[in-house]
Amino acid sequence: MLQSKNKIFTNLSGTDKVDLASSKKRGDWIDAKKIISRKPNLIIEEVKKSGLRGRGGAGFSTGTKWEFMPKQSSKPKYFIVNADESEPGACKDRDLLRREPHKLLEGILYACYAVGANTAYIYIRGEFFREAEILQKAIDEANKDGLLGKNALGSGFDCFVHVHRGAGAYICGEETALLESLEGKKGMPRLKPPFPAVAGLYSCPTTINNVESICVVPAILKRGADWFASLGTKNNTGTKIFSISGHVKNPCNIEEELGIPLKVLIEEYAGGVIGGWDNLLAVIPGGASVPLITKETCNNVKMDFDSLKDVGSGLGTGSIIVMNKTTDIIHAIERISRFFMHESCGQCTPCREGTGWVWRLMKKIRTGEGTPEMIDDLYDITTRIEKHTICAFGDAAAWPVQGLIKNFRKDMESRGKKKLRNKV
Amino acid sequence: MMVYSTSFVFNKENLLAAKNIIDRYPKGKQESALVPLLDLAQRQNNGWVSNSVVDYLSEMLSVTPIKIYEVASFYSMINLKPVGKNHVQVCHTTPCWLRGSDKISEKCTKMLGVKNGETTVDGKFTLSEVECLGACVDAPVVQINDDYYENLTEDSFEKILKKLSKE
Repeated sequence: MLQSKNKIFTNLSGTDKVDLASSKKRGDWIDAKKIISRKPNLIIEEVKKSGLRGRGGAGFSTGTKWEFMPKQSSKPKYFIVNADESEPGACKDRDLLRREPHKLLEGILYACYAVGANTAYIYIRGEFFREAEILQKAIDEANKDGLLGKNALGSGFDCFVHVHRGAGAYICGEETALLESLEGKKGMPRLKPPFPAVAGLYSCPTTINNVESICVVPAILKRGADWFASLGTKNNTGTKIFSISGHVKNPCNIEEELGIPLKVLIEEYAGGVIGGWDNLLAVIPGGASVPLITKETCNNVKMDFDSLKDVGSGLGTGSIIVMNKTTDIIHAIERISRFFMHESCGQCTPCREGTGWVWRLMKKIRTGEGTPEMIDDLYDITTRIEKHTICAFGDAAAWPVQGLIKNFRKDMESRGKKKLRNKV
Repeated sequence: MMVYSTSFVFNKENLLAAKNIIDRYPKGKQESALVPLLDLAQRQNNGWVSNSVVDYLSEMLSVTPIKIYEVASFYSMINLKPVGKNHVQVCHTTPCWLRGSDKISEKCTKMLGVKNGETTVDGKFTLSEVECLGACVDAPVVQINDDYYENLTEDSFEKILKKLSKE
C-alpha cells in the first residue's frame, strides 16, 4: 500500500484550502524556477523515464507523446488539458480541479515549456461550472504572482493559460473531437492521421493530456523519475487515483500505487461491498467503456493497465463501479448502452445506428422479451460497431455489452424464458 | 423547435465579458468563442438561446446562423427552447442508478408534477434526466443550474426542492 510520504495529492479529500499560499505550503510551485532552467528535452527525457502512462484511459506514454511535437515549427504550438471528464464512474479529475488546481497549473507550465507551446487551454466540461471558477481563480493568482503569463518566473518563457468550458457532450473527451469543439464546431472526431502533434488546434502542432497526467508531472520532476518508477509495477509505474462508486459503504476517490489488488482498494478504502465481499456480483473496473469482470476475477485481479488487459477488461480511467448481488446486471449495462446511444456524435453510421439498436435490444432482453437469437444478434451488432468507426467510441459502446454476454448470457436467456413460461 | 423572441443584445457587463472571452483565442479564430458565448447569452436570456441570440452572435463572430444552430443543437447544455428558472438535472447513468437515482426522479415528479423534459406551469422548474455528471463517488447527484447536490436521499432532495420553490 502507498506510504504517506509517497502520496502526490495531499489535498485530494479537500481538507485544506486551495489558494496559492496554501498550495505552496503543500509544495506546489516550489523549485519551479529551477525546473524550467533545465533544457526542454531533458524534461521530456525525465517524464519518459518515469514510465508515466496517460491517465485519461488509453495509457499511452506521456513523455513519448510530448516527443512527437516538432522541435521546429513555423506555426504556433498549443498545449491542451483534457478536463472533459465524462466517463461514467470517473470523477477523479473533478477533485483535482477543485482541490489541487495549482498542481495542474504547475504541470501545465512544465508541459508547455517541454513541448514549446506558449498557449494552453484547459477544456473543462461545461457542467463543472464551480470547478471552472476555482480554476480561473487559481490562474489569476498564478498570473499575478508571475508564475504564469508573460516571462513566467522570469525565465523568458511565455505561458498563457486559458479555461474553455464545454457544453455537455461526452464525445468531446476524445481528443480530436475536443479540438473541433475548441474551434467552435460540433464535437465530431477527426480522422487520424494527421495526429494532433502534426496538425491539431487550428492545424497547428498540439499536445493533449489528461488532467491527472499533468498533475503528477511536478512530482516526477521534483522527486525524480526513479522515485516515480519505484512505485507501482514494471510498465505500470506510479500512483493513480481510483474512483470507487456503486455498492460500497464509502464511495471515494483514493490515490494508490498501480498494481494494488482490487479487493484491497474496495475493502480498505471504500469500506467494503455492501453486504460483504461474498455479496459481490461484478465490477466495472475502468469506467463504463470497459467490459465488466465477475467476482471470481475480482478476488485476485490487480489494478493496472496490463493485469486488467490480461483478464479481458481494462484500467481505463481507474473508475471502479461495484455491483452487489441486488443488482439487475442486465439493467445496469442497459443504462450504459443508453448512455452511449445518447452520446454518439452521429458521424459514423455503425455507431449512430448501432448504439440505438444495441440499446433497444438490451431493453427487450432486460424486460424479458428477449430470445437466445436476439442475444446472438446483439453480439453480432456490437462486432459491426467495434473497429468500424473513426474514433474509439464505437469500441467503448460495444465492449460493455460483449462483457455482459460473455459473463451473464445464462441470465439473459433465462429472463426471456421466465417471461415466456409466465405467459403460458 | 425554435421559439421566436424579441431582439437580443449583450448588456454592458456581458459585452465586456464577451470581449474578454474572444481575446482568449488567436486573432481570426473568434469562432472558438462560440460555445462560451452561447452559454453567456443563454444566461442573460433566461436560460435559453432564441433566434435573436443566434442572429446577434452570428454578427458578432462572423459565423453564419446555420452554423450556430448546428453547434447549439449538438451540445446538451445549450437550450433551444425556454426552461424553468431551476433546471433540475437528475443523473441517471449506472453509478447514480445503482445508488437510487430513480427514486430521486420519482420524488421530483411527485413533488412538482412534471416528467422528464417538462416544465412546471409556474415556470419555476424543468426536470431533465441527464447522462453522467461526473461525480460518481457522490451519487446520487442532481445538478440544479450551476450547482451540484450530492449524496442525495429522498428527504434531503425534498428539502432542496422546497427551499427553491419558496425563492
